[in-house]
Amino acid sequence: MKFSEIIKNGIINENPIFVQLVGMCSVLAVSSSATNSLAMGFSVMAVLTCSNIVISLLRKFIPDEIRIPVFIVVIATFVTIVDMFLKAYAPDIYGALGIFIPLIVVNCVILARAEAFAYSNGVILSAIDGLSMGVGFTLAITILGILREFFGAGSIFGIAIYGESMIKPAGIFVAAPGAFILLGILVGIFRTLQKKVAAN
Amino acid sequence: MSSIFTILISTILVNNYVFAKFLGICPFLGVSGKMETATGMGVAVTFVTTLAGIVTYILQKYVLDSLGLGYLQTIVFILVIASLVQFVEMAIKKMSPTLYNALGVYLPLITTNCIVLGVSILNIQEGYTLIETITSSVGAALGFFLALVLMAGLREKLELADIPEALEGFPITLIATGLMSIAFSGFAGLV
Repeated sequence: MKFSEIIKNGIINENPIFVQLVGMCSVLAVSSSATNSLAMGFSVMAVLTCSNIVISLLRKFIPDEIRIPVFIVVIATFVTIVDMFLKAYAPDIYGALGIFIPLIVVNCVILARAEAFAYSNGVILSAIDGLSMGVGFTLAITILGILREFFGAGSIFGIAIYGESMIKPAGIFVAAPGAFILLGILVGIFRTLQKKVAAN
Repeated sequence: MSSIFTILISTILVNNYVFAKFLGICPFLGVSGKMETATGMGVAVTFVTTLAGIVTYILQKYVLDSLGLGYLQTIVFILVIASLVQFVEMAIKKMSPTLYNALGVYLPLITTNCIVLGVSILNIQEGYTLIETITSSVGAALGFFLALVLMAGLREKLELADIPEALEGFPITLIATGLMSIAFSGFAGLV
């Protein structure tokens, strides 16, 4: 498989959020602001790339029957590292993401890539796969975060775009219902665009 | 006693884990297509979440805290949950083949259901006692069960509706979930 193919797969063709719809919990929960989304995206990208590399390195030694528990331990280790790293160097973001950092362990994107790719491919390919899936995840969650923050709070990355004086921001987009509705619409738009591109 | 009742109402309705806390969305989207599968998954999750809540509470209190190993929480909890699910699967298979046939396929999926891990971690963070832990685990799972069954009922009707092509399947489910979440936010004043 070519590098460019893997990269395109991760970002567009099999985008973890818009196409595969996996790892929804963290996506919906932390995307209330663009900054949080970006932080979550990078955390997932880091864990995904590292776990893909380690699992690919160990793939010849992991017995087939207990591979899932082994994957989970590897992933949980990297999640703990990210957790401690954020706690030490970015306490604000750590506070905002809260419970969703340890929950990266059960983010199905990571386990799915370990099972579907890293377990049967070489180290370099797995690293690239992890990185591009991570980029696809980060892009999608950041787009959702930017839109939610723009419509719901009138700002992007904390910088005010429009204020109370012009139009009152619709708070529902920052609250839980807005996340579901906006993501539903975004997936619909992404599908339509993808179909258009494929038709050409 | 009143605190237990408050926890129960709060986890089932006010802070419903699916609609307000965004936990367990993957299985919620995955198995809410049919009423039958939704009920099976709901029962299995209730069972495992409650057990996991109790086991992780005891582990945290008497092993991790007393040995000063708090930083291993994530790794230990997920391993406990994974083995617990495996164990429950074997136990049910041996004891009640009928129940096993009904729940069998859903049990392995529960390991990656973030409600189980999420509730376990939140119980510790909230500093609950054992009784409160059990209540909050049962409430969380019942809230998930309620959300799943409501959604399944809705989706069985949606099958027949005329939906724009781009929104078919998951997108329309997400939008419907959003609308339901608005309805659930009406419970906000209860507790």
